[in-house]
Amino acid sequence: MSHLPKIGRRGLLLGLTATAATAQARLAFAGAASAGAEESRLVVIILRGAMDGLAALAPYGDPAYREVRGGLALPEPGQEGGLLDCGGFFGLNPQLSTLHRFFLEGTLLPIHAVAGPYRNRSHFEAQDLLESGAAERLGSGWLNRALAGLPAPPPGKPEAGLAVGFDLPLLMRGPQHVGMWAPPRPVRPAPDLYARMADLLHADPLLGPAVADGMRARGYAATVLGEERGARNGFVALASAAGKLLAAPAGPRVAAMELGGWDTHADQSRRLGPVLGQLDAGIGAMQDQLGAAWSKTAVLVMTEFGRTVRINGANGTDHGTGGVAFLLGGAVAGGRVLADWPGLAEGQLFEKRDLQPTRDLRAIAKALLRDHLRLPAAAVAAAFPDSGNITPEKDVFRA
Amino acid sequence: MDTRLLQAAIRFGLGPRPDQPLPSDPLAWLDAQLAGDDIAPPPPEGFEKAPDVAEGYRIWREHSEASRAMRAPRDAVLALYRAEAASALGWRIDTPAPFRERLVDFWSNHFTVSRRAGHAVASVQGAYVREAIRPHVTGRFADMLVAVIKHPAMLSYLDQASSIGPNSPAGRKRGRGLNENLARELLELHTLSPAAGYTQADVVQCARLLTGWGIERSKEPVGAVFRPANHEPGPKTVLGRQFEEGPEAAEALLRFLADHPATQQHLATKLVRHFVADDPPPEAVSRIAAVLRDTGGDLRAVAMALPRLPGAWEPPLGKLRSPVDLVTATFRAGGASGADAGTAAYSACALLNQPFWAAPQPNGWPDEASGWLGPEAAMQRLDWIYDAAGRLGRLDPGQVLEASLGPLAPQETHDAVRRAGSMREALALIFASPEFQRR
Repeated sequence: MSHLPKIGRRGLLLGLTATAATAQARLAFAGAASAGAEESRLVVIILRGAMDGLAALAPYGDPAYREVRGGLALPEPGQEGGLLDCGGFFGLNPQLSTLHRFFLEGTLLPIHAVAGPYRNRSHFEAQDLLESGAAERLGSGWLNRALAGLPAPPPGKPEAGLAVGFDLPLLMRGPQHVGMWAPPRPVRPAPDLYARMADLLHADPLLGPAVADGMRARGYAATVLGEERGARNGFVALASAAGKLLAAPAGPRVAAMELGGWDTHADQSRRLGPVLGQLDAGIGAMQDQLGAAWSKTAVLVMTEFGRTVRINGANGTDHGTGGVAFLLGGAVAGGRVLADWPGLAEGQLFEKRDLQPTRDLRAIAKALLRDHLRLPAAAVAAAFPDSGNITPEKDVFRA
Repeated sequence: MDTRLLQAAIRFGLGPRPDQPLPSDPLAWLDAQLAGDDIAPPPPEGFEKAPDVAEGYRIWREHSEASRAMRAPRDAVLALYRAEAASALGWRIDTPAPFRERLVDFWSNHFTVSRRAGHAVASVQGAYVREAIRPHVTGRFADMLVAVIKHPAMLSYLDQASSIGPNSPAGRKRGRGLNENLARELLELHTLSPAAGYTQADVVQCARLLTGWGIERSKEPVGAVFRPANHEPGPKTVLGRQFEEGPEAAEALLRFLADHPATQQHLATKLVRHFVADDPPPEAVSRIAAVLRDTGGDLRAVAMALPRLPGAWEPPLGKLRSPVDLVTATFRAGGASGADAGTAAYSACALLNQPFWAAPQPNGWPDEASGWLGPEAAMQRLDWIYDAAGRLGRLDPGQVLEASLGPLAPQETHDAVRRAGSMREALALIFASPEFQRR
């Protein structure tokens, strides 16, 4: 028998209606529900499929850039369809105009030539390790383990926030209870039948806890999102819902989302634009919904690895190593590019093909937990085990 | 009653149907399904016979031409894909040989191609399963691997058609080069798995070896084709083994990979995880790997060995049903049938975030409970079950419970069903019960 309490039949708040999700875009929330408006918010966005860092943030000042990128090289800043300048050496992809506005405002910190410790170019292993936060695949994600360092929610409040989307990413799986939010279905059982279903399931070690969390999460989300119906769908709508739920005074503090479609092996110049545009518009919508809470928000955008420096046979790029991550939000001390640029010339590449990683993504993630969420050292260490040699990046947040 | 009779239908099948009597001997029932020829699903609605690759491409071409002329009222390729998917899902609901359909599913997922790649895949997805998967689920793994890798659906899905040898005539003339996608997934997902310790150099050599293989879409014979002008000259070395230049190298490589011990270990692990337990018992994996090794990759022998594994029946209901399997089992238990049931199942799978033949990544759908059990996903299951329970027509919930779970349902489930206020509620409680959501 399970030790979990049965869900009471009273007090279930159901009947949520809100915006839509797509299978490519998912969102999961977590965190103590006691967050006040003054408390820090964290969003982690996983870009599944490996975003081409050299296309997202092009090193147009590197003498080898045009030669190695060939048909994928973008025009210099100021030219038609040109890059959006970030300090005279790097330029953002023209699809990332919102991110460029953040850069000019000093709230975007791109990190280039960055990677985790993994070097083998498998999407699936790399995603697992990116989310596990360890050198081997763990059953829980680093963000879930970090949540143990947040204060417990008061009684009667949802124990562990919410989720938007259908799947819980590994990043957010683990011992800490995490809620989820997804767009509603037209037909739903009455609360009493939900309760009887939950009674039947409560002793099941897998289904019992999931349904218990799901019931709480829906009740919570219904009170925040009300009856609003979003006109847009997909990632932009999810990001907007995330912003709104995070902005609520007693809302979750930590959210995880994902966006797929980055595995551009062929015809990259045509395929990458729309997905970059979705990312950019989604983050813009999230900022709109966060309102005043934006100033306390940090968003980490990360992908499993970068892509090959040279174009492949199909005007695309293959799996690579070093890539780009973005840290952004009102809490971020940005307006500069964080990079020890390794160069794109033949002798400067990793295994003669990939951007050489010169920074470890864990240094950024650990800084997020330590300096932004102000988690105790034990929680940071639990999030990233065996990483004592990786020092959290300094001075990436506003005092 | 021997619970193994029900378990055979649940763990190795797709759930009992009220109009299909339970087997009297579970192992003989499972074996018999592997003995005869494959029974393919009926042709998709609107087709007299199942469309082949050439027909799929013809529909795609006509749709493209109509689109260019702004005369395409609907997406004919998407319509073809939907009709194929509904036919395949309907057949899962009706089939008297559900173990065989489970194997078709398993191998289709192992060799994922996805509609999300666009019309190039969607137009031939039904043909892919019929031509590359179904004929081989009781044949040899090496033959399935060759059929899959040389099928236009896979050549499109993993971009092989655009990979060109940099020193080939076409590569030198046009400055084109390799696309590593198929080569990497062939080694990582289809055969060896990363545990084999192959290197980036092996991936590149494998990509060079596969150059030349592409697709002929417009002139006869339509299908996979070897284009010498795209083929990288010279021998290639993969895992220390040398392969000569030319079109025969691909099949030689595939047969070498199919028989590799790392491939046998990888396949055995996935098979045991799918049919027995999320955490595959090492001794069961070793046994299946040994069957693969000793029989030269005979997949019928493997399928017969699975229900004979120690632990294959214990504990009962140890695995969570994936959304597609939950939907299928619900419709089977409710006695639904035919193309309408298939169409309803198609929508249901999309709603429960497992759209049919549309996995997000080349590694296919997850085969562990944790992949399907986010809190919201668990709630969506309950919502769908309630919706479906209202559409199944008049049924006797007591009989449905007895036929679908029998002695596997505890008293608590019987009590909840008996106390339900309506037929719909009673059915919803059966399908929502922990026993029904597992296999």
